[in-house]
Amino acid sequence: MPHKTMTDQRIENILGNLLRAGVGVSAGIVFCGAVIYLARHGRSPAAYRVFQGEPSDLHSLHGIVRDAMRLNGRGIIQLGLLFLIATPVARVIFSIWGFAAEHDRMYVVFTVIVLAILLFSLVGSQM
Amino acid sequence: MSILEFTVLVFLGSMIAGLLGALTGLGGGVVLVPLLTLFFKVDIRYAIGASLVSVIATSSGAAAAYVKEGLSNIRIGMFLEIATTLGALLGAFLAVWVSTSVIATVFGVVLVISAYLSRKPRSQAERELPPDPLATRLRLNGSFPDLEGVRSYNVQRVPAGFSIMFGAGALSGLLGIGSGALKVLAMDQAMKIPFKVSTTTSNFMIGVTAAASAGVYLHRGYIDPGLSMPVMLGVLLGSLVGTRILVKAETKWLRIIFSVVIVLLGIEMLYKGLTGNL
Repeated sequence: MPHKTMTDQRIENILGNLLRAGVGVSAGIVFCGAVIYLARHGRSPAAYRVFQGEPSDLHSLHGIVRDAMRLNGRGIIQLGLLFLIATPVARVIFSIWGFAAEHDRMYVVFTVIVLAILLFSLVGSQM
Repeated sequence: MSILEFTVLVFLGSMIAGLLGALTGLGGGVVLVPLLTLFFKVDIRYAIGASLVSVIATSSGAAAAYVKEGLSNIRIGMFLEIATTLGALLGAFLAVWVSTSVIATVFGVVLVISAYLSRKPRSQAERELPPDPLATRLRLNGSFPDLEGVRSYNVQRVPAGFSIMFGAGALSGLLGIGSGALKVLAMDQAMKIPFKVSTTTSNFMIGVTAAASAGVYLHRGYIDPGLSMPVMLGVLLGSLVGTRILVKAETKWLRIIFSVVIVLLGIEMLYKGLTGNL
């Protein structure tokens, strides 16, 4: 197979597929969680008028994974949302690789800066 | 109202939010926050959390299509993202000291003026400006598939665009929403980037900006799975339909839809700013 050079168009295609996969996986997980959640709680009254904050197990990565493993509907939905939040981060990480493959040093630097700020604000919030 | 009925209604509303969000590059929050708070009487904090989820869903759902079509410009997006994410950090930091009602009022006025400016199509002379040296060095110029075939464009006034992007980031850090509107305006009005490239690149960017603040909102308990679930699924479906429309739509109509939506957003901001209801 001849060695293909990295072009913007090729990177964009891979990036498009990555986004589609990320969104597809997270939507699938959220949908499964939704079926369980609605089957169990669909008839209870909806209560969002008053803010109570989520139970602490739905705040942290650990708690969410634990709830999801127990097939708790809300836990599974929250896990799917985590996948969704991770998609843009994965997009930035992939772009670094893409620009590097194009030997575009300037944009590798730009993208690393964006990733650093992104991780700083994610970690800074004590997730 | 039972949870099932509530879920179905929020799902339908979110589809409209996602459709408009993908068409305008604003994300779904513009429609979603007033819909949830005014119509469904949801607490503003849950609504903001759901809106953040909707922005990421619109962005990722629509960006998949736009990136493949070659509409959004990843270099412009990534370069300007530096300004936005830095601005967002500053905004979150300033939020403790600054009066958000004053900012919301000013932002509301800016939006109403911008809606007036951005509804007009660009003149032929403005479309054929010579390349700007800084934009060339940063490799921002590009081309995109227009209705009549591939059209190339030269990006103008990079420093002005970069500064507005910084402001857009700071605003989203301060107010939680509204960065998409300024992003589109910076690219369209300041940098003279074609409208479709501006809205789709904004769409690409808002997801990254939103992901940066997602950690904070999750930690504060703003993201409720029961509410976010219909929002995410509805917004995704709506944004997929939106992308199909945008690719085939005439820019003239997209500008009109955009102006109408940001006038509404401007009024919303003025209302919030003047009543102090933020």
